[in-house]
Amino acid sequence: MSHQQDIARLLQGHSFIELSARERAHSLLDAGSSRELAGPFDRQYSPWLGAQGIVAQADDGVVICKGLLDGQPAVIAAIEGGFQGGSLGEVGGAKLVSALELAATDNRQGIPTRAVILFETGGVRLQEANLGLAAIAEIHAAIVDLARYQPVIGIIAGTVGCFGGMSIAAGLCSYLIVTREARLGLNGPQVIEQEAGVAEYDSRNRPFIWSLTGGEQRRVCGLADALLDDDSVLIRQQLLDFIARGLPEQPRHRRSQHMLQRLLAMDSTSQADAASARQFFQSGAKP
Amino acid sequence: MEKLHLDYPAGAPATRRVLAGVVASGDLEVLITPAAAGLCHIVIHSAADGSAARWRAQLDRLFANGKAAAMQMEINDFAATPGVISLRLAQALEELSA
Repeated sequence: MSHQQDIARLLQGHSFIELSARERAHSLLDAGSSRELAGPFDRQYSPWLGAQGIVAQADDGVVICKGLLDGQPAVIAAIEGGFQGGSLGEVGGAKLVSALELAATDNRQGIPTRAVILFETGGVRLQEANLGLAAIAEIHAAIVDLARYQPVIGIIAGTVGCFGGMSIAAGLCSYLIVTREARLGLNGPQVIEQEAGVAEYDSRNRPFIWSLTGGEQRRVCGLADALLDDDSVLIRQQLLDFIARGLPEQPRHRRSQHMLQRLLAMDSTSQADAASARQFFQSGAKP
Repeated sequence: MEKLHLDYPAGAPATRRVLAGVVASGDLEVLITPAAAGLCHIVIHSAADGSAARWRAQLDRLFANGKAAAMQMEINDFAATPGVISLRLAQALEELSA
């Protein structure tokens, strides 16, 4: 593709990554169907940040929108990566849990509400440590519960990525959509560098970090189900396709044997790189 | 963290609620809700310590003439520069009159 064509495509496209959490949620739901629950004007601030001298946000960084997807009831929970790194605290966590639990209640009453989670998060909010951890555990339980009735679809668009306990939440989703800008990992690069040493894992080496934890690598290694360009239209279409496909035969967390066997067979004496990690996860018996 | 309350004379009540911005690094969020005619009450939470004089100067220029709609404005600021602040305020006031 020529330079000119590249620029034309960029100007015509509708970036998803550049949207705020609220805009992302509205852009995915059927036009005109979206309404926000527990929104910023309800002023459910974190009660903990102010006490620690940190400016809070009126929606605590989690946007819950109810509406329709392809004419069917849906709820979208979008995490705002710009506010405190998308970290989950007491209020934002409770909003996300309630959205998922209410969707499951709907399903038990015959209303086929499906849920979409837009991950843009470093995981637990350290200033609200235990409450954030508790919320994330409840999010895990709520995803597993709801995913018995309807697919729960996760989207990691970037650029924050999805880390910590919320990476486990992403792994529990029925389907996971990523872009090349996305990253998915239990620990973020700086934490790994601190633990393993800069010689093994240089958090400032961005090509290296993305080659191991970026969306493309995670898709190839089987940890995500679709890799898309940063385009709102493409992402919405993939979301509708996954919903139409219904529940996967086996959720990913029930397909863990393959991964466990691979990890047991891993030779950690040599430094892993992107190519060897791909080969490693692709070889062996498929789930 | 700096906390400020500013009052200005104002006109008729604002007609709608407005939200602009995010409490991201170098950015701020502005929430506007309608209030009774005649008063514009602004509450600021700012991560920039010692910024009170600057906030007053910047908001005086916008609101001291008393021509704004009556509103309750809440600003949650994560150390935005004066340039970003004026852009966000302009965005919020533009949406208010849209």
